[in-house]
Amino acid sequence: MSTEVTPASEIRDVIIVGSGPAGYTAAIYTARADLKPLMIAGSVTAGGELMNTTEVENFPGFPDGIMGPDLMENLGQQAEKFGTEVMYDDVTSVELEGAIKTVTLADGQEFKARAVIISTGSAYRELGVEGEKRLVGHGVSSCATCDGFFFKGQNIAVIGGGDSAMEEAIFLTKFADSVTVVHRRDSLRASKIMAERALNHPKITFIWNSEVVGIDGDSKVTGARLNNLVTGEQSELAVTGIFVAIGNDPRVDLVKGVLDLTAAGTIAVEGRTSKTNIKGVFAAGDVVDPTYRQAITAAGSGCVAALDVEHYLADQNS
Amino acid sequence: MSNAKSATDATFADVVLNSEKPVIVDFWAEWCGPCRKLGPILDEMSVEYSDKVEVVKVDVDANPAIAAKYGITSIPAVYMFQGGEVKETVIGARPKQYFEKEFADFLK
Repeated sequence: MSTEVTPASEIRDVIIVGSGPAGYTAAIYTARADLKPLMIAGSVTAGGELMNTTEVENFPGFPDGIMGPDLMENLGQQAEKFGTEVMYDDVTSVELEGAIKTVTLADGQEFKARAVIISTGSAYRELGVEGEKRLVGHGVSSCATCDGFFFKGQNIAVIGGGDSAMEEAIFLTKFADSVTVVHRRDSLRASKIMAERALNHPKITFIWNSEVVGIDGDSKVTGARLNNLVTGEQSELAVTGIFVAIGNDPRVDLVKGVLDLTAAGTIAVEGRTSKTNIKGVFAAGDVVDPTYRQAITAAGSGCVAALDVEHYLADQNS
Repeated sequence: MSNAKSATDATFADVVLNSEKPVIVDFWAEWCGPCRKLGPILDEMSVEYSDKVEVVKVDVDANPAIAAKYGITSIPAVYMFQGGEVKETVIGARPKQYFEKEFADFLK
């Protein structure tokens, strides 16, 4: 696929930062509007969170499901087909004030545009307990699809109660002897279909109303220390692997102090639009969404941002 | 372009532990999405820093003994070896600049 490369010095219509479902959908729409979007996709984060998932069963249009990485590959192809220029680099800073915005990459390259869409998604949330950081890579993991292989025949734990946690738990039963799900509440936040699959799985057991307060192990994980939030009882769960799936935090490092944020830490946008507090700067996807955070809502939000950019640029030119 | 080599359970000692230059070892597997992203970054470094370090890739799926020996349970895992010993470790896919910073002492 050959995309015509716009010279770096030229002022573009729009730059999209981030390449999850929101970014790619914004790219498809702005490309079709002939805005020749430049997408800075990220060097190792390209494709976003779905790159680490397996089967996606709830994205409309795929009755038999689709693998997360395949879905992202398709979105990328669709965006490039209409003329999106994709760079697999990382943005290190943005200058968003004024009519012309500047986006700077890790290697120092600068790109300028009239509009910017921030769709940087969210990053995996750590437990923040003692032992966790030290044992990352030695039993503590956030990527079941990457690391399940290392836990063949072992007893492991998944922390969390949402869809991601259930997906990880079910996936990990392919390798592990047993998977114990530790959840803070007495019921799952996951969708009914995912929850039931996990609840009925012979290899999966549940510890309710409990949080992890520490991870034990010298050179590798030997167990998790749990605290029952109802009884206050402390216990030790003997596991060799701990997969953390307690949610995500919006990735706002680039725009902190520049764009207004909500109490939830997401980028604040005006009503149902993608408009931030700075003119010409739009935000879409998980980075604006503390609530729904689905691939399809992110994609819808990317579409909104693209249309907002179109209107904004049209108004500028009129 | 890449100057990266591959090592197996059988050749690891020869290629990595006995190397005269420091060696960046990339533990990866085909089914690991982030590993596939990291591959080209380390390929790039293998060319750019070819006079300073070796870059060696170990497929953990085909070579479980080495991965087990170093207690690896997360990939991508990038280990910096010098004189047969682990000097630095980076877990997870990171941008090139991150490795350049973490491994700065070995790339000078």
